Amino acid sequence: MNNDKFILGGHEFNSRFILGSGKYSMKLIEAAVRDAGAEIITLAVRRANTKESESILDYIPEGVTLLPNTSGARTADEAVRIARLAREIGCGDFVKIEIMRDTKYLLPDNLETIKATEILAKEGFVVLPYMFPDLYAARDLVNAGAAAVMPLAAPIGSNKGLAAKEFIQILIDEIDLPVIVDAGIGRPSQACEAMEMGAAAIMANTALATAGDLPMMAAAFKNAIEAGRKAYLSGLGRVLTRGASASDPLTGFLRD
Amino acid sequence: MDNRFFVDGEHLSPAALEKKHCLETNSASRTNHMEYMQGMEQIKSDIMDKVLSEMNSYDYTKYTAKDVKAALEHETCTIDDFKAFLSPAAEPFLECMAERARFETSKHFGNTVYMFTPLYIANYCENYCVYCGFNCYNNISRMKLNMEQIEREMQIISDSGMEEILILTGESRSQSNVEYIGEACKLARKYFRMVGLEIYPVNVDEYKYLHQCGADYVTVFQETYDSDRYSDLHLLGHKRVYPYRFEAQERALMGGMRGVAFSALLGLSDFRKDALASALHVYFLQRKYPHAEMSLSCPRLRPIINNDKINPNDVSESKLCQILCAYRIFLPFVGITVSSRESESFRNGIVKIAATKVSAGVSTGVGDHESKYEGKESDGNEGDEQFEINDARSLDAMYRAIAAEGLQPVLNDYIYM
Repeated sequence: MNNDKFILGGHEFNSRFILGSGKYSMKLIEAAVRDAGAEIITLAVRRANTKESESILDYIPEGVTLLPNTSGARTADEAVRIARLAREIGCGDFVKIEIMRDTKYLLPDNLETIKATEILAKEGFVVLPYMFPDLYAARDLVNAGAAAVMPLAAPIGSNKGLAAKEFIQILIDEIDLPVIVDAGIGRPSQACEAMEMGAAAIMANTALATAGDLPMMAAAFKNAIEAGRKAYLSGLGRVLTRGASASDPLTGFLRD
Repeated sequence: MDNRFFVDGEHLSPAALEKKHCLETNSASRTNHMEYMQGMEQIKSDIMDKVLSEMNSYDYTKYTAKDVKAALEHETCTIDDFKAFLSPAAEPFLECMAERARFETSKHFGNTVYMFTPLYIANYCENYCVYCGFNCYNNISRMKLNMEQIEREMQIISDSGMEEILILTGESRSQSNVEYIGEACKLARKYFRMVGLEIYPVNVDEYKYLHQCGADYVTVFQETYDSDRYSDLHLLGHKRVYPYRFEAQERALMGGMRGVAFSALLGLSDFRKDALASALHVYFLQRKYPHAEMSLSCPRLRPIINNDKINPNDVSESKLCQILCAYRIFLPFVGITVSSRESESFRNGIVKIAATKVSAGVSTGVGDHESKYEGKESDGNEGDEQFEINDARSLDAMYRAIAAEGLQPVLNDYIYM
């Protein structure tokens, strides 16, 4: 287990919890790093691009990797411009592509995301695209040079858990890149389930941000993600989905 | 509804008074408020018909406690649920609505509260809107800032820490033309991350030009959606044209603006119908332009200079709170702005339930930020205010008050594209 590193774009991480950026506060960042063990923290460039005295950039602890996102982008072109701006203001080479043309549900636009991924990967970014879990789009993202794919589990901020479970499983089975489950994870048990399925990491924000006791919930997520990962690595036992197993084999009559 | 707001200024000439009285008393002397004036662009849109049809058929007396309870149970709020929330039957359920509203706000916006300040650069106006302090018959000190004065005001506001500004003018194309406003936007881009506009409605190509100058958000208040009442309150000038104003947000989006803001001025007409129409204006436009950011304001009438017949009490604080909770439950993703027209205690309370943006360090006068922000003695070269504000807290005081409530004050969350 100690050798079970999370490799992302050639970088090595111990933690498989990534803090999302939706609802940020300094307390949340503290809890995510200290109690959930986060080594990657997402940062909305549009929020960081500020002269505010309390800039989020000042609160990112040493050794934590910043993952700037392109929230606010409505097209591939806008996402590319925001990613370049992130690099300019010192956010490094990681970028999470978020392109939304819908302010109501904030669902990602896969087509524009593929276009942006191709451009930014060529420019040397470690591109992590937020996507709707569609197999064809995921394959196109692989071909476009993504370092991982980040399918949503449920509508962002909804805490509805693995609503897209079957489709995420297809991505995990078919895509040879880390699959990071993003958006919609509301409870540690859901994070654990996604990890058992073979997800490489979990991104969450609202589930922590809206918890009664933030540090305790952060610790709960850490444990849940580790438990799910161990279960996945150990090989889950057989799970019966229907009825009981017959003690006499159904094929016992076969004579050869 | 009779008109309670007419006031004659002593400065008006007999000829001006005669015209004013004629406009006020003889509806035949007014232009047709549903007819576009020359130069006003007509777009193809069915949004106005949809909104007016819903509003005109809305009978809020038919809703009962049962309807409100059912609406509270629904995970997704339908138009009919929203109508129930706005009805008198929902009044006893205000606390339940507030709880649901707080949940929706926190789901979509977390604990963030955005902050902005308005900057009036001119108060000339060519309209006679009978409730407004800037109306062309009101004897107030008029002023239009030049670019040097605008930049000075912006510097002072920017030094206070503000990152979002809303540029306002009175509605006078001749005194404050589009190029003048565009130049102000270019200056604003130097000092602020987000530049909004609250000016007279313009055509699509003009919105496009203003967007290129740096503006990204357009606010237009319809004042009242009741077309007949609108006609009785807006007696003269281009603002008289109801449909051109109604379609302003759609033209702004067609011109490339990121977002648009809406409101009725609550208290001018039947506030329940106006609240319904405001939210449906957002709802139908969002379905047509799903990428656009949208927000609702909720101004109540405020006293103006030279007119003591106007007061905000027609829409009580409880009723305003009911409207805002209903807005939030029906449109969870939409920004809700509460201006300094409201009291400190109301604003402190409503940011915990439904509001996501508040103004701070507000002046509705022209060219007076130096005296208001830095205590410099006024040289008298200032334009009068549009209305009297209620909550006069500075950015700093507002920032601290929001943080003290356990909320996160945010000065910027925009990136200009």
